[in-house]
Amino acid sequence: MAHPNLNYLRPGSLPHMYCPGCGVGQILNCLIYAVKELDLDMNKVVTIGGVGCTSRIPAYFNTDAIHGIHGRNLAFATGVKLANPELSVLVIMGDGDCAAIGGNHLIQAARRNLDVTVIVNNNMNYGMTGGQVSPTTPTGATTTTTSRGNIEKPFDLCKLVEAAGGTFISRWTTAHIPQLINSIKRGIMHRGFSFIEVVAQCPTQFGRYALGLRDPVENLRWLRENSVTKTQAEKMSEEELRGKIIVGDFVEKDEPTLVEQYEVILKKAQLIQR
Amino acid sequence: MAGIKTSSDFEFMLGNHAIAEGAIAAGCRFFAGYPITPANEISERMSERLPEVGGKFIQMEDELGSIYAIIGASLAGVKAMTATASAGYNYMQEGIEFAVATETPIVIVDVMRIRGAEQPTHADIMQVRWGAAGDHEMIVLAPSSVQELFDFTIEAFNLSEKYRNPVVVLSEMTISLMREKIRIPHPEEITIVNRKHPTVPPEKFFPFEAEEDGVPPMARFGEGYRVLYTINPHDKRGMITGDLEIYEKLYQRIIEKIIRNLDDIVKFKEYFIEDADIAIVTYGSEARAALEAVRMARAEGIKAGLLKLITVWPFHDALIRSLAERVKKIIVPEINIGKYYREVQRACEGITKVVSLPINRGRMHSPKEILSKIRSEM
Repeated sequence: MAHPNLNYLRPGSLPHMYCPGCGVGQILNCLIYAVKELDLDMNKVVTIGGVGCTSRIPAYFNTDAIHGIHGRNLAFATGVKLANPELSVLVIMGDGDCAAIGGNHLIQAARRNLDVTVIVNNNMNYGMTGGQVSPTTPTGATTTTTSRGNIEKPFDLCKLVEAAGGTFISRWTTAHIPQLINSIKRGIMHRGFSFIEVVAQCPTQFGRYALGLRDPVENLRWLRENSVTKTQAEKMSEEELRGKIIVGDFVEKDEPTLVEQYEVILKKAQLIQR
Repeated sequence: MAGIKTSSDFEFMLGNHAIAEGAIAAGCRFFAGYPITPANEISERMSERLPEVGGKFIQMEDELGSIYAIIGASLAGVKAMTATASAGYNYMQEGIEFAVATETPIVIVDVMRIRGAEQPTHADIMQVRWGAAGDHEMIVLAPSSVQELFDFTIEAFNLSEKYRNPVVVLSEMTISLMREKIRIPHPEEITIVNRKHPTVPPEKFFPFEAEEDGVPPMARFGEGYRVLYTINPHDKRGMITGDLEIYEKLYQRIIEKIIRNLDDIVKFKEYFIEDADIAIVTYGSEARAALEAVRMARAEGIKAGLLKLITVWPFHDALIRSLAERVKKIIVPEINIGKYYREVQRACEGITKVVSLPINRGRMHSPKEILSKIRSEM
């Protein structure tokens, strides 16, 4: 008997390219559960990836899709959403796409409150290219380009997006599956820029080089043990929070979206014309 | 400024505004751009005009944002354009590569300017041909008047829709910032080409399986065809493949859909060519000075002629060769270090002599300068 969710995968797309124990599979699975539970019309969904392991999700997820340009996910999304506001636009990317090469597109799309749902797999390194340091790699971590330890500070992506103007912001890890599915559902239903960060394991690269953990289960345990909920975090000192992943739903605001604002411009322009 | 201008047939119009009006007449309903001189009046006009016709305008955070936003809009089924100037075109090359690989119709206006300053040039003539990674053909139209900016922008949309390839309107600072009298055709006089749409249901559709003309039909996002547009090597289903034979065939087709249709794509105008001994081959603003020079030469009894290329890319070897067979010499005036000349010379190798007439000091040739070259080469 076929798996009941198999119709959410593009026919002929399996086997997938992911390493055993990769977090991307869990994220795709959560996405499928989210759209299934919401009963979304999959013919009206556009999934946009960039380059990297996570950004390959659109090649498997059976919707209209864009793939293959590093970091430009949200620039594509801006054109798609403005051209046809009826489409549900999902932007899937890794920390390289999101926080490095596409960082400007991220903050500008958040500032505009572009009505799309962004899911970022933050595995704290460049997995596909061999485990290089990324803008979310923890300070001190050993990667293939920081063999003597990372001297830079990592981005707090949720705070970055909040400051830029995002209106729905959550962070979970791949050790928080039910919470993650719930936040993806809320993000898709939210009007405006939804940003869901998923801190995930990359046993092949980050786990091996930075954590010294090759076993995926060990990596997941590390994620769970290093996570604190935002409620717990409120009671903890800065010292206690160092190196911890704060998880939870952080922001949910009702603000006009870019498309809604443009509708006003369209009405004004056409009124004057008449 | 309601709809397409039909209140009066004639307008005294800025070149950049003629590009915007041509785009709207062609059915463009999405524009994304980033400020850069001397292309700004295109963005400004589009921001004003698009909402009047139900279209959308957005000023993006950079040229990369602009090119990808128009690709996204085009994939969603809306005709889309961006405009920039030479330095901004550099950034857009990245997106042009994606549009080539995914066969997404888009129009890019490049108002050429010299490096770091606002002076006229033809310096981008090779950048617009070759400036994208990977194998590709480009369609590039080079107008030489405000009327042609309007007309060729419509033609650019039609060609991009027909061949599913990015098309460049290669303007110049001089033409874009010039005001001239132009005639705005009535809507019924304007030919509009739209991309082919699938005639089969999604389960029978192969999004990258070409028809006889080398071009596959194209579904819009949201119609249920669920197409993956990827820059990676992809098979006829659009699926990413590591099969290099499929890769080779994909780009063979993407290139051949252009070069097999040269006679449809390449447009040109001939002046006094029938009995010419010496011919000028050029494009853009230089064609204006060249035509005047040819008339002056004729007045002196020199049998000079002009081949003005409207489509500068793809390069039509056979067209240039047939001219080479009819004349004793060809002169190629250009506002750069003499780049397109090399292409003309390559095509004429062993048939006739080709002479370069470059000027690279931020201005076009005067007719007298071209005339004096004609005299000296006779």
